[in-house]
Amino acid sequence: MSIDIKNICYTYMRGTPFEKKALDDVSVSIDKGEIVAVIGHTGSGKSTLVQHLNGLLRPDAGQVAVDGISLAGKDAAAKKARQLVGMVFQYPEHQIFAETVYEDIAFGPRNRGFEPEEVDKQVREAMAFVGLDFETFARRSPFRLSGGQMRRVAIAGVVAMNPDYLVLDEPSAGLDPRSRNAVFKEIMALHKSRGIAIVLVTHSMEEAVKYAKRMLVINQGRILFDGNPADIFKNHQQKLVEVGMDEPQVFKLAALLRKQGMELPQGITDDVTLLQMIKKAKGWR
Amino acid sequence: MISVKELKHIYTDADGHEVSALNGINLDIPAGEFIAIIGANGGGKSTLARHLNALLLPTSGKCIVDGLDTAEEKNLWDIRQHVGMVFQNPDNQIVAAIVEEDVAFGPENVGVPGPEIKGRVDRALAAVGMSEYAKHAPHLLSGGQKQRIAIAGVLALEPRVIVLDEPTAMLDPQGRKEIVRTVKQLNKEKGITIVYITHYMTEALEADRVVVMEKGNIRFSGTPHEVFSRVDELEKAGLEAPLAAKIASELRKSGIKLPKEIITDEELAEVLCR
Amino acid sequence: MLSDITLGQYFPGNSFIHRLDPRTKILATLIYIIAIFFADSFLSYAILTGFALAVILISRLPLLMVLKSLKPIMIIVVLTLGIHMFTAPGETVLFTWKFLSVTQEGLELGVKMSLRLMLLLLFSSVLTFTTSPIVLTDGIESLLRPFKKIGVPAHELAMMMTIALRFIPTLLEETDRIMKAQTARGADFSSGNLLQRAKNMLPLLVPLFISAFRRADELAVAMESRCYRGGEGRTRMHELLYKGIDYAAFGTIFALTALLAFLRWGTALCAL
Repeated sequence: MSIDIKNICYTYMRGTPFEKKALDDVSVSIDKGEIVAVIGHTGSGKSTLVQHLNGLLRPDAGQVAVDGISLAGKDAAAKKARQLVGMVFQYPEHQIFAETVYEDIAFGPRNRGFEPEEVDKQVREAMAFVGLDFETFARRSPFRLSGGQMRRVAIAGVVAMNPDYLVLDEPSAGLDPRSRNAVFKEIMALHKSRGIAIVLVTHSMEEAVKYAKRMLVINQGRILFDGNPADIFKNHQQKLVEVGMDEPQVFKLAALLRKQGMELPQGITDDVTLLQMIKKAKGWR
Repeated sequence: MISVKELKHIYTDADGHEVSALNGINLDIPAGEFIAIIGANGGGKSTLARHLNALLLPTSGKCIVDGLDTAEEKNLWDIRQHVGMVFQNPDNQIVAAIVEEDVAFGPENVGVPGPEIKGRVDRALAAVGMSEYAKHAPHLLSGGQKQRIAIAGVLALEPRVIVLDEPTAMLDPQGRKEIVRTVKQLNKEKGITIVYITHYMTEALEADRVVVMEKGNIRFSGTPHEVFSRVDELEKAGLEAPLAAKIASELRKSGIKLPKEIITDEELAEVLCR
Repeated sequence: MLSDITLGQYFPGNSFIHRLDPRTKILATLIYIIAIFFADSFLSYAILTGFALAVILISRLPLLMVLKSLKPIMIIVVLTLGIHMFTAPGETVLFTWKFLSVTQEGLELGVKMSLRLMLLLLFSSVLTFTTSPIVLTDGIESLLRPFKKIGVPAHELAMMMTIALRFIPTLLEETDRIMKAQTARGADFSSGNLLQRAKNMLPLLVPLFISAFRRADELAVAMESRCYRGGEGRTRMHELLYKGIDYAAFGTIFALTALLAFLRWGTALCAL
């Protein structure tokens, strides 16, 4: 079970003076159950790439297949395959439209053709996942909620479609640190309990290192690196800086300490480990 | 320059309940200071910002700008000229479809003579490094560039204070750096007083003074060193301390004596690797 | 993508026509339209057509592109021609087919009427091809200003147009984004009967309106904090100024009008 992208190209505004090549012969596979971070600066092509994962954009050349079914067709099978991939856009709260939280979350599952009982079950589960109490929120107007709560309603609306793959485009954008952490905790819980694949588009190297096992670095419409985030930061630091990517804070601090003579092992990715290693190096305990 | 005394702000929400957004704020901002206000959402940061140029008026208490009381209507336009505001969404504060026309909007409003406006626009665009985009259409610019246009639009009014309300919340890391660099420069080179509201602690590190707000109150304030070394209190307020400060605080907790307040990587390295 | 649509039909350039003050162009277009109604002989029509073609040539616009702007009114032109041809009273019958007959007078009237329509549109499209919407707005505001006393809100109209021009691309982008987001949630914007389709548009329209109102609200606050308080006491960075070329253009268009007026009434005056 996987999403397979083979040799896709995509150009915006083809045939106009504004023509811009966004993807240039990209191939990549994403397996079910993976967490993949997609990073790259604005205009690198990362958003264009993820919009191919559920057929929102059709490649000019190349193929996209979900679980072996090509998304190019207009038949029921292709439609079904597209719906296996859930997509949470940037600022997803801007797509909320229904009168109640319940109705908005139920929109997706109903479009998938679920029976009413199944819709109800999915809405309840999705609300539980994003930490919205059913009794408190289901009948409330989504437009009366706080920004963080609206974001959760929108994410629940996609989760309730019970996708096998979930693409999130900067799910923490504009949130304060507390809400940021809460949203990620919920996404990780979802990944764990349902075993769905998470594709996380982010500008934050911290988030990539903290949550993903695999990272795609996109630059000028191509995949520059594909691998373990810690390894990529360790081995390609120079190149990453060249294409405008920052290192995660933990890496920066560890590198500085090493440079000033402290003996720290390579590949420290989180602050707890860094703390332990500092203590060890200094002979503290 | 700005003096906020016992400022309270109470409003009625959509359900008819009275909500207190600010419960008696006291804050003095001297001319030329770069002050950062941090705090979780709903803490009252934006409400406070909107009092500084009379977009909101106090329920009780006072807000004095350059000797002018914001509550007095005759002071309104003087205050708005002195205190410029930059908002979160760069798209929703650009009025005109050409960059230089937008920057000219403020001076045109206050009746600056035509030939003088041109000079102001050119200077403002130069100050934010956007001179070459004068004739461009704003919707084709990056987020960081749009936000710099918004800053130029405020600068063209030649204010003494600029209040920025989460100007980087919707920007990518590149755009965030552009804004912080621009703001610092305006503060250092032009002596403009900066009130900078943000979620990003690394940005607040650049300020002369940091104020932590929570639930309509000022919890604590001080230099970045004083504020960011109080790691636990920050977390309680829903904020995150910089990594070096967190590590230093953990080391202290396990009984290790560190000589001074540590908030940057360099300071930590200096202390640990001597 | 929706944002592919370019706004208006402005075709950038630096020709004589492009460099004219927008007010000159608007007024000249109005005068030309009046002149069209002076024309009655074929000579007058030939002069008017020649003048229009000359203006297009001077503006260095691709002729084909300008002619294409006639496409939307072609049906009306053909209809006008047909109605006059078959219904206008006349004596010289050219040919008859069943109960329909075409007269010499009817044909001439039909050709003249449809020519009027085409010239009218052709000449005004030169105005929009050579003037950016923003400059056009400035021109309209400036021309309307004297009518403020009789209650024409010149500044307000211009401000609204400026903001509309600024936000159309932004809202198009937004529409595109919301449409994609709802499509990803299985929304269908294209199938079903009319009622069903209208209902299917709600997930697009509701967020779009909410967003437009939010933008309007934030923009209003931003404008206020930049000291906006209506048109009173407002100055402009670029005050419009008539230059030499504008006077030259006015001279030409007045000469044309005088010529056409002479062709129509002059001969009668001479006879007196």
